[in-house]
Amino acid sequence: MSATATADLRRTRWFAVCAIAVAVAAFVVIAASGIGENLVYYWGPKELRAAGNKATGATIRLGGQVAVGSVKRGDGVSNLEFDVTDGTATVHVISRGVPPQLFRDRVGVVVEGTMAKDGNFESHRLMVSHDNKYRAPGDKNVDIKELMRSTEGLEEAPAAVAKVVP
Amino acid sequence: MLPILGRTLILLALLTASAGAIVGFATGLKPSPSGWRWTRILAYAFAACMLLASLTMEYALLTHDFSVGYVAHVGSRSVPTWVSIVSLWSSLEGSILFWGLVLGIYIAAATSRNANKYPEYMPYAVGVWLACGAFFSFLLAGPAQPFATVLKPPLDGPGPNALLQNHYLMVIHPPFLYSGYVGMTIPFGLACAALLVGRLGNDFIRPLRNFLLLSWIFLTIAIVLGGWWAYEVLGWGGYWAWDPVENASFLPWLTATAAVHSALLVERKGVLKGWTVILVLATYLLTILGTFMTRSGVFNSVHSFSQSAIGPTILVFLAAALLFSLVLLALRIDRLSPEGRLETGPSRDLFFLIQNLLLVLFTFTVLLGTVFPLVVEAVKGVQMSVGRPYFDKMSVPIGVALLFVMGVGPALPWGRASAQQLRRAWLLPLGTAAVLLAAGLTLGVRNPWTLLALFFGGFTAHVTLSEMFLPVRQRMRAHQEGFFEAFRQAQSRGQRRLGAYVAHFGAILIITAIAVSSTMGISKEVQLKPGESATLGAYELTFAGVEQVVEPHRVSTRAHLDITKNGRSLGALYPSMNQYENQREPVGSPAVHTSLTEDLYLSVHNIDSERDGLLALVNPMVCWIWIATAIIALGGLLALVPSLRGSTAAARIPDSAPAVIQGAKG
Repeated sequence: MSATATADLRRTRWFAVCAIAVAVAAFVVIAASGIGENLVYYWGPKELRAAGNKATGATIRLGGQVAVGSVKRGDGVSNLEFDVTDGTATVHVISRGVPPQLFRDRVGVVVEGTMAKDGNFESHRLMVSHDNKYRAPGDKNVDIKELMRSTEGLEEAPAAVAKVVP
Repeated sequence: MLPILGRTLILLALLTASAGAIVGFATGLKPSPSGWRWTRILAYAFAACMLLASLTMEYALLTHDFSVGYVAHVGSRSVPTWVSIVSLWSSLEGSILFWGLVLGIYIAAATSRNANKYPEYMPYAVGVWLACGAFFSFLLAGPAQPFATVLKPPLDGPGPNALLQNHYLMVIHPPFLYSGYVGMTIPFGLACAALLVGRLGNDFIRPLRNFLLLSWIFLTIAIVLGGWWAYEVLGWGGYWAWDPVENASFLPWLTATAAVHSALLVERKGVLKGWTVILVLATYLLTILGTFMTRSGVFNSVHSFSQSAIGPTILVFLAAALLFSLVLLALRIDRLSPEGRLETGPSRDLFFLIQNLLLVLFTFTVLLGTVFPLVVEAVKGVQMSVGRPYFDKMSVPIGVALLFVMGVGPALPWGRASAQQLRRAWLLPLGTAAVLLAAGLTLGVRNPWTLLALFFGGFTAHVTLSEMFLPVRQRMRAHQEGFFEAFRQAQSRGQRRLGAYVAHFGAILIITAIAVSSTMGISKEVQLKPGESATLGAYELTFAGVEQVVEPHRVSTRAHLDITKNGRSLGALYPSMNQYENQREPVGSPAVHTSLTEDLYLSVHNIDSERDGLLALVNPMVCWIWIATAIIALGGLLALVPSLRGSTAAARIPDSAPAVIQGAKG
């Protein structure tokens, strides 16, 4: 191989290495920002109340129990309102869509959505806990992790999720 | 009686696997015929123990012997026989036993196929396989004990999870998944053997590639079957949600796909040996990571049917396997020196590399999104998940890029291409691409990524089909043969090549179908009273009323909906809520009307005699995902069969570089 050819090859390699380095760096930046924009936080009513204004706007999964007597059903598919409680704090939830079969007073629920400025939680997904072992909490805090885990359908994201802009 | 028999068999499996691993490594270090014979005997003995233990469990399940712990846990007298049979893999302990069975079969097959070949490598390989076997026997002997004795056997058991009883796909999905997952152990052992010996020759890459390809075919089918199951059972209207458990199966698939391709370069050109070995090791480690994620209950997931305390044990095994792999790589990878040279200019070689890099990037993206919440929770104690938009945003460009590379690579010759070659090879495919793009625009596709997928899909499909039929055309011209004779001849001579292009064609179809179905669908939630109707696109749904169907093991409450499309009746659909015996919660069962162009998908949210709350979707092109998977699997099999017969003709098929140009002209 002649000297110029070797030099050529070396230069090509440099270009290749630099190109790959730039591509990987760009990829890392995109991935990091992509993750940052799409985090979904798991909170209970107490934490959500404690966070105050900071909670407004972020995508949140709120877990708790449907407060007794708080369910108000509107006509058709929209306008379902209820309170989610953990025994100490309560958050008023406005939900769209058809509730699942098991939805009723006292049942453990997880709602996904955002905190509106008026203090209501606007939910676009309502899921009911399916765990046989789940007990409605008394005055103790809800075990959010256990609740999230036992709620069927948590990781399945219907089309509605794609529409959420944090 | 049965618990003691089962436990004895498990302990024997542990014993034979541990002894076989030690004898295997010793024989690798100091070769001897008797050492190799003992290694094989112990490998077969391990397989036999696993087979007998699994048969014992099946017998216990079928005879409802509730003195066996696992049967008391998942068995029930009220379920049909087929549910009893498949209960073997319906819960944690049984599924680990099933893992052991599949591993035993793989080890026995791989050992007997190569009993008289590769004398330096094989003892090490069998040693590594049996070390993995010893770990799973240990799980069965301790942390995930299926044969525990129940002192006061109950009269009846609860039966398996209702979601598993709800659809036949759950019968076939796990066997495919395990055949894919567990099969990756074989290439892992062979790659470790290559590192231990310090050589990866042109001959030894063949068994590695064959078992990799076989497992890859199983895993491909399994992943799609899983998606199909989710689609037919879970009732949210989609087939893929980037759930951690889905990602667990997808991650090793990505690296295995990369390895299947780079192994071809090892075979053809003697390059990328170390890289291929790294991909194979990573694939196995990712299957173990996946097992940890699905079996430890660290994630919130719809698919984690079984959670238990085996998480830490698997984590220890993962750490040990990772450490072993890293040390082995650090010590030996420099010995796998290349025999050839990679072309750096625009060539097929280059696009093999780009494809590999894209797949590795994809793996990192998915791994990052999957593991990130675990890391954050461990460090900061904050609970969160990474939302689906992250995965969509990252995977769509990579998927489209892969589609592009799949078309451009095969359009280029091996070695360096001239500018003229490039122009000629690209012109016609670009025409097809433009046609498909125009078709998409006319049909109302506006999403730029979907349009891009259609464009590249057209380009790649043209290249793939013309490459697929290239040898046929050459034969027709050179030998004056008719099309079918030429096809038969070309196919028998170049079946691996044909298989590769068939698989590529399936991949184009599946990416296009995913792009269209995920962007062009419509969905609506409705609440109907009897007699009311709703419209969804061209469809009209009329709620006729509620019906009850009583079966021995369940009661279905189903909604009767009469369906018309553009005024023409399509009959009735019956989405339902099923209440299973011994289960507290009802399980929804969606109803799907499938056609080649689109699916109408109905899923009940809540139902009583007065109203029916429904989720209704129109999902275009979904059935092409299932068809494309069959095509990919067929392509994989076509590529696998000749090498199993020991034929090597395929790898030596003459380079088609000049022929591409002819093909493009003709």
